Amino acid sequence: MREGMLSRLGLSTTQTKGSLAGWIIALLPLSFFVFFCTLIEPVAMGEPIRISYPWIPSLGVELSFLIDGLSLLFALIISGVGTFIIIYAGGYLAGHHQIGHMYTYLILFMISMLGLVLSDNIISLFVFWELTSITSYLLIGFKHEYQDSRYSALQALLVTGAGGLVLLAGLILLGVVGGSWQLSELFGRGEAIQDHELYLPMLILVLIGAFTKSAQFPFHFWLPNAMAAPTPVSAYLHSATMVKAGVFLLARLTPVLGGTSTWFFILTIVGGITMVMGAFLAIFRTDLKSILAYTTINGLGTLVFLLGLGTELAIEAAIVFLMVHSLYKGALFMVAGSVDHETGTRDIRELGGLGKYMPITAVAGGLAALSMMGMPPFLGFVGKEIIYKSAFGVAEHHMFLIMLAVLAMAFVGKVLTGVSAGLVTVSPFLGSKTTTPKNPHEAPISMWLGPVVLSALGLLLGLSVAFSKGLQDMIVAPAMGAVLHEHEVHAKLALWYGTEPETLMVFGLSMLTIVAAIGIYIRGRGTFASISQRVTMPWNAEQGYQFALNGMQSLARWQTRVLQHGYLQGYLLVVAMTLAGFGGLAFFSQVGLVAPVWSPQFPMVHEWLIAGMMLVATVLTIRLDSLLGAIVALGVVGYAVALIFILYAAPDLAITQFSIETLTVILFVLVLYRRQTITHLLEEEIARDSPAKRIRDLLIAGSVGVFITSIMLAITSEPLVSELKHFFAEESVPHGKGHNVVNVILIDFRGLDTMGEITVLGVAAIGVYSLIKLWFARDAENNTS
Amino acid sequence: MKISFSVILSTATYYLLPLMLLFSVYLLFRGHNEPGGGFVGGLMASAAFGLEMIAYGVNSARRELRVHPTTLIGTGLLVAVSSGFFALFEDQPFMTAQWWYDEKLPVIGKPGSPMMFDIGVYLLVIGIVSLILFSLADETEQIQEA
Amino acid sequence: MESLLAFVVGGLYAGGIYLMLRRSMIKLIFGLVLLGHASNLLIFTVGRLTSDQPPLVPDGAETLTEPFADPLPQALILTAIVIGFGMQAFALVLVKRMFLTARTDDVHAITTTDTF
Repeated sequence: MREGMLSRLGLSTTQTKGSLAGWIIALLPLSFFVFFCTLIEPVAMGEPIRISYPWIPSLGVELSFLIDGLSLLFALIISGVGTFIIIYAGGYLAGHHQIGHMYTYLILFMISMLGLVLSDNIISLFVFWELTSITSYLLIGFKHEYQDSRYSALQALLVTGAGGLVLLAGLILLGVVGGSWQLSELFGRGEAIQDHELYLPMLILVLIGAFTKSAQFPFHFWLPNAMAAPTPVSAYLHSATMVKAGVFLLARLTPVLGGTSTWFFILTIVGGITMVMGAFLAIFRTDLKSILAYTTINGLGTLVFLLGLGTELAIEAAIVFLMVHSLYKGALFMVAGSVDHETGTRDIRELGGLGKYMPITAVAGGLAALSMMGMPPFLGFVGKEIIYKSAFGVAEHHMFLIMLAVLAMAFVGKVLTGVSAGLVTVSPFLGSKTTTPKNPHEAPISMWLGPVVLSALGLLLGLSVAFSKGLQDMIVAPAMGAVLHEHEVHAKLALWYGTEPETLMVFGLSMLTIVAAIGIYIRGRGTFASISQRVTMPWNAEQGYQFALNGMQSLARWQTRVLQHGYLQGYLLVVAMTLAGFGGLAFFSQVGLVAPVWSPQFPMVHEWLIAGMMLVATVLTIRLDSLLGAIVALGVVGYAVALIFILYAAPDLAITQFSIETLTVILFVLVLYRRQTITHLLEEEIARDSPAKRIRDLLIAGSVGVFITSIMLAITSEPLVSELKHFFAEESVPHGKGHNVVNVILIDFRGLDTMGEITVLGVAAIGVYSLIKLWFARDAENNTS
Repeated sequence: MKISFSVILSTATYYLLPLMLLFSVYLLFRGHNEPGGGFVGGLMASAAFGLEMIAYGVNSARRELRVHPTTLIGTGLLVAVSSGFFALFEDQPFMTAQWWYDEKLPVIGKPGSPMMFDIGVYLLVIGIVSLILFSLADETEQIQEA
Repeated sequence: MESLLAFVVGGLYAGGIYLMLRRSMIKLIFGLVLLGHASNLLIFTVGRLTSDQPPLVPDGAETLTEPFADPLPQALILTAIVIGFGMQAFALVLVKRMFLTARTDDVHAITTTDTF
């Protein structure tokens, strides 16, 4: 209902074409956000909230929602960021003729995403998961008049859609092995599931689904391409929310699937590679959105990596980083969009000195970038410290070497992210003014409000940990508790952890990161772009995607050529041979030949006569050269069938068959009467097929006949046990209130079937009617013109 | 097929048509207890119109039917489908039989939603068969004229 | 009688399929009609034959007493007969249209939709 109303509201805004509609529509996500805020305290204090509606009870599918710390955090991010995105979109796309579509898709996406994170049932979770893929497709393809837009949209859909299918397989395995479709019930069965022999396939399937959605290596390539979408979409779906669905799923399933060494190695290796690769590739980009896209890949890799580590500290780091990332990345994307909107370019080589012209946007971008670099006292700093702490903590569980590798990956990732932060803010806003396609000026309030609030939150939340425990106790700890499936979880957030050697080491590393990032930025900023132009990758994952896509298409072409050749006889031959061949093989190997039974009563003379008449008429239908003769022979078969119905106690069938047979003759005469040409063709037909071909057809048709006869002999040699026969005989009078059992079945017991059948009849009749009438109309048109 | 070729056929049809239609209605209503029903009754009625068509031409048969066959198809389907909705008012599953009068009435039997369904089938079958026959006859005439 | 009908049905199936494999469209329809009869008879026979009592409950009685004919296959076949008629009519008109357009009833001559 809500979606329908909004789409109408969204559509109606096409007339106003202003950003005002954005402000009004933003009230919806805002009201969600406020609603979720009221749940923070109850969830933090007590049990998770469960709401459930039956959906497909026979399959165990319910529409049930689970609001615990983790889903609440995501819901807050989705609705909170969504509010500003809607407002921003109103400004960014002001005057666009399809801005109504944008609002509609965004709201649809938000609802799907909320459904995804709040689902308790894994099947409904999957349905929402796919809905986010579909809305993402619509949103990436928003500028559908551009080919690269359509290409990127399709690519994102195919990659995430294929991943979704794999995920479905994994989730079904999970549901079957775990014996429940409810996440809240599965949480307690983690150990049993992990001991099951299907654990590994299940894990791999689920992980592929999550990795495609969250753009993990080697499925990361779709995300930079998805930047073809308008910036509000990139900011919302492809940094703050949708791409985190995979991360969410991993976090959600941590109590069920996590904690094994397989989980640890796959997640840390894939996450680590993604993290370092994303950060590394980002600094060689020159397009603002492209840099941000690669740093998003880095951020997603970091989250997967932390979930892979799986320690309490690592989970805490993941939760905090999730918030940090959504805040600064959402803000930076919007800043990049504003820069693009006001100057007409996103190339950092063409941008500079914008700070004077767009001061508010510049401040917002600067704050977000500082959080991204991890500068104290921003929330980004808090997040980075816990990441390093958890990396050191690996030593408690694993070898020292692994700890070093983990630490090195985290460090490299963080330093390069810092460099990117410089690239996207220092380069465009500081330095000397450059000439841009448009003369820059400050963006409207709808476009700076979001970045300012989000980046300011990054600073305020960072400051808040120094004097308040609100964030750690109300948000972080409940979310950690949900991921770890424990009640007593303590989070500890601080800007300064004291002077113990270990914390000093973490602090030192944190400061070193910032220094290194600044150093690399200053030394290298001019050269990165030129390096990227000289070095081209010999192979990348996108080529793999292309290869697979082309392969699939040529396979489809080949298969169409082989199977869909257009010769009707070919199709029929395949069907007949399959029936006689495979059916016969199965039948004769299992049952074998059954001799005809001539007891209790040998067929009487009239029965032999009818049977003989039918066979002779069949042969005549085939052999007769005259059309009329063939029609008569066919009629004989039909009337003989009616005779059989009379003889064997089926009066209803007999009347129907007689009427239909009469109508059929009228029909044939009407259609074929005076069509000598067709009659003539019948004679010609005999010359058309070679004798060899006719013998082949006869053999195939004959073997189908033999197969059918053998089956019938086998079936009728056993006595029939039919409960239905007696059910209908007994229920017809008391419940159907009719004495003709056949009629009662037709119009009462199986009335729904009959309804379907009469509908088919109606469609066939209208088909006949339109075939004739439409052609008349066409002929008449041809004649007059 | 504008004028009949046979006086006997046209005279016989003149008297047969009402009789056949009456008989088809009889078949329809008695179908619940004896051989017959909507399908058979509908076929019988459309055979009557087919006869009329052969004897007097398709336009005469069309006049005799009075409504366009597609209207009959639509009405029949509507009647059949709506008979299922009565059960919903009683909070029973769609198409559960509802009886409105427990005594067996002469000729038509027990009135209820199954009977209504059968009437829908009857109308629909008449519509389908006459639509097919009339369309084909139309075409034959046009081709002959051309 | 069931065994005898088994052979008849087998013959009808063979004849129907042989006709459908011919290049003439008209024969294709003849084949369809034969297959329709064959399938109806198959269901009818497999539901067992009895010449004793049709599935009509006598007046005054509440239920049928054995032996009586199985009503279920009869109900299935009844609609199948009528649907078969509708399909036949549609196929006939389609073939006629095809013939008038393409001036052939050879299925080999119409392997593509693009030429007309």
